[in-house]
Amino acid sequence: MTTATSAARDTYALSHLDVLESEAVHIVREVAGEFERPVILFSGGKDSAVMLHLALKAFAPAPPPFALLHVDTGHNFPEVLEYRDRTVARHGLRLYVASVQEYIDGGLLRERADGTRNPLQTVPLTDTIRLERFDAVLGGGRRDEEKARAKERVFSLRDEFSAWDPRRQRPELWQLYNGRHAPGEHVRVFPLSNWTELDVWQYIAREGIELPAIYYAHEREVFRRSGMWLAPGEWGGPREEEAVERRLVRYRTVGDMSCTGAVDSGATTVAEVIAEIAASRLTERGATRADDKLSEAAMEDRKREGYF
Amino acid sequence: MTSTTSLLRFATAGSVDDGKSTLVGRLLHDSKSVLADQLEAVSLASRSRGREGPDLALLTDGLRAEREQGITIDVAYRYFATPRRRFILADTPGHVQYTRNMVTGASTAELAIILVDARAGVVEQTRRHAAVAALLRVPHVVLAVNKMDLVGHAEAVFARTAEEFTAYATRLGVPEVTAIPVSALHGDNVVEPSRHMDWYGGPTVLEHLETVPVASDPSADPARLPVQYVIRPQTPEHPDYRGYAGRIASGVLRVGDPVTVLPSGLTSTITGIDVLGRSVAEAWAPQSVTVLLADALDISRGDLITPTATAPATTREITATVCHLHERPLTPGARVLLKHTTRTVKAVVRDIPSRLTLEDLSHHASPGMLTTNDIGRVLVRTAEPLPVDAYADGRHTGSFLLLDPSDGSTLTAGMAER
Repeated sequence: MTTATSAARDTYALSHLDVLESEAVHIVREVAGEFERPVILFSGGKDSAVMLHLALKAFAPAPPPFALLHVDTGHNFPEVLEYRDRTVARHGLRLYVASVQEYIDGGLLRERADGTRNPLQTVPLTDTIRLERFDAVLGGGRRDEEKARAKERVFSLRDEFSAWDPRRQRPELWQLYNGRHAPGEHVRVFPLSNWTELDVWQYIAREGIELPAIYYAHEREVFRRSGMWLAPGEWGGPREEEAVERRLVRYRTVGDMSCTGAVDSGATTVAEVIAEIAASRLTERGATRADDKLSEAAMEDRKREGYF
Repeated sequence: MTSTTSLLRFATAGSVDDGKSTLVGRLLHDSKSVLADQLEAVSLASRSRGREGPDLALLTDGLRAEREQGITIDVAYRYFATPRRRFILADTPGHVQYTRNMVTGASTAELAIILVDARAGVVEQTRRHAAVAALLRVPHVVLAVNKMDLVGHAEAVFARTAEEFTAYATRLGVPEVTAIPVSALHGDNVVEPSRHMDWYGGPTVLEHLETVPVASDPSADPARLPVQYVIRPQTPEHPDYRGYAGRIASGVLRVGDPVTVLPSGLTSTITGIDVLGRSVAEAWAPQSVTVLLADALDISRGDLITPTATAPATTREITATVCHLHERPLTPGARVLLKHTTRTVKAVVRDIPSRLTLEDLSHHASPGMLTTNDIGRVLVRTAEPLPVDAYADGRHTGSFLLLDPSDGSTLTAGMAER
C-alpha cells in the first residue's frame, strides 16, 4: 500500500452515518422507482420520523412521492398524535389513518383481556393496504430490534393475507432489491434495516430532527406493571393494587399506551439521550415492550400474521 | 463513539462443529454488545433446552425452526460497535446445502472470517468457503484456526494450517489472508490476546476487524451512476429542475465531467452534484446523489451515467459465473428477467457450459442444469443492450439477478466475466 493510496482513502472516507444514510436513501428511491402506490408507515415514533426525513432528502427539491399511513390504536400518547398532525401539515403530505377503535366499535375486533392493543393493529393495517391497493409499505423496522427481525429482508414479500413466511424469503444480494409481486401481494420495505438504536439517535442529533416530547425526560404519573413504568389512561390502567406515583421518565419507543413502558431518565437533550443509551444494559424492546415478552417467538408469530 | 466512526461489513462462515456460533457469541459478548435482557433470554432458553451454560448460538438463531432444530438456516445480521468502528456482521450457515446463504452474506462483505477446527485443519468445507469468498471478491479473508486449546496451543499446528490455506486461497485469487490462532470457547485471541500463545504476535480477531482498511480508493475506479429516479418538482420555485438520482456504484464524479448516458449513447456535461441537500464539486461511491446535466436529455430509470472517457461497452451477450438460488433448476433455454443495477430486461439462458465443484474447483462440462446451491458458468442473451462491467472491475455494475418472469422469484445470482 502506497502513501498516495492512503491519502486518497482518507479524502474519500465516509462516516458510518453517511454510509447508512446513503444506503437508506438508495432503498427509498428504489421503492419510488419500482412501485405504483407506495406508502410510509408513520407512527410518530423516532424510527418513522427518521424515515420520513430520509424520504424528504431523497427527492428534494420535489416532495416525496409517498403518502403516510398511521395505524391508530386508540390508545396513543396525545403528544404523539399532535406531533403526527403537525408534521403532516408542515410537509403538505397526505395521511391515511387505520383505526383500531373503529374496528372495535364496529364489532370487527374484540378487546383483549389484558387490554393490549398492539396485536390488534394487524387487521386494520392489512385491510387498509388491500383497500387502498398499496403495493409497497415502508416501515421503520430495524434488524437489531429483535431476533426474528434479524432475519428479515430489506424488501419483504407479503401474500394477499400480508403473511410473512421466513422459510420462503427471497435471497437478497449486493444492493439488488427484488420488488416483483403478483396483483394482491405487496412488499414491506425496511430502509433502516442496518441501523441500531444508537445510529438512529446519532442521526437525529446530526440532522436536528424534531421528535415528540415524550422521548425526553419529563415528569409523569406512572405505575409499575411487569417491571415497567406504565402511564394511566383510558386503556385501563392502573388496577386497584397498582400505586400511581410521579416520576421523572422518558420513552425509548412509542407504541400503544397499554404496552409501552417509560424508563427512569433525566435526559432532556439528544446528547443526554445518546449518553444514556450508550451506557444502557437493556435493549429498547427489553426495557419498554410488554408485547415481546409473551414468548420466545412472539415477534415472529406476529410478523407471520402481517404485523410490521 | 464519534460520528466519524467508519463502518465494516463482514461475514462469517463455518459450521457449529467449528465453533462459529461460539466465536460470534464471544465477539458480541466480550465487546459488550449483548445486553442484559438478551443474555437473560438466552439463559432462560438454554435452560429450557437442558443446557448448562448460556448457549450463545441462541443469540443469532432467531427463528423458531432454527431454535427447534438447533441449526442456522438463514443469514442472520448482527450489529455491534467499538469506539473505533461500527460493524455489520452477516452470520452465514456453513453446510453445503446453504452455499447460497454464504454467497448472499459474502456479496456485501468487505471481509470474511472462515473458521477451521485446529484438529481437522483445512477440510473440504474450508476450501468451499475460500472459493465462495474468492468468487464474490471479498477483499479481506481471515482464517480463524479455532480450538487451539485442543491441540495444546501448538504453533506448528497453526503454522501448517495457515500455510496450506493461504497457498490455496492465493491460488483462487484472494488478495489478502490473515490467519489468527484462537480458542473461542476460552476467548483466546478473539477480543483479548491469548496468554497461552506467546509465539503469536499478530492481532486478535477484534483488533484486526477494527484496523483493516475499509474501502479501497474510489478514484482508482471508473465512475458509474445507475439512474434510480428522475426528480422533476415542476413547481413555481423549480419549474425546470431535472435531477438524476442514484447511488454511485463506483468511482468519483466531478462537476465539469463530460458524460455519456448508456445505453442511448447521448452525451452532456455535469453541471451540478447534490449529496442530499449539499451542493458539492465531487462525489464518490457509495454516496447517494442527484446529478444535474447541461442538456435536457431523455434519461430515465435504468440508464447509466458515466464519464465519457471511461464509458463501458454495452452488450447483449453476458458470460457469467452464477450461483443458483432457487429450488426450481435453471436449464438452457429458460426465459428469464435479468435485473442489472436499476434496469430489468428480458433474457434467455443460452447455454450452461459447465458446473463447478467448489471443493476442488473442477469443471463438469454440460451439466444440463443447475440446481439449488450449484455454482456454474452460464451464457445469457438479453433483449436489450446493457452496460455490464466485469464483476472483477465493479461489484455493483458486474453483478445481476435472474428472476422468474411468472412469479418474480429470485432464481440466480450472476457475476459477469471479462
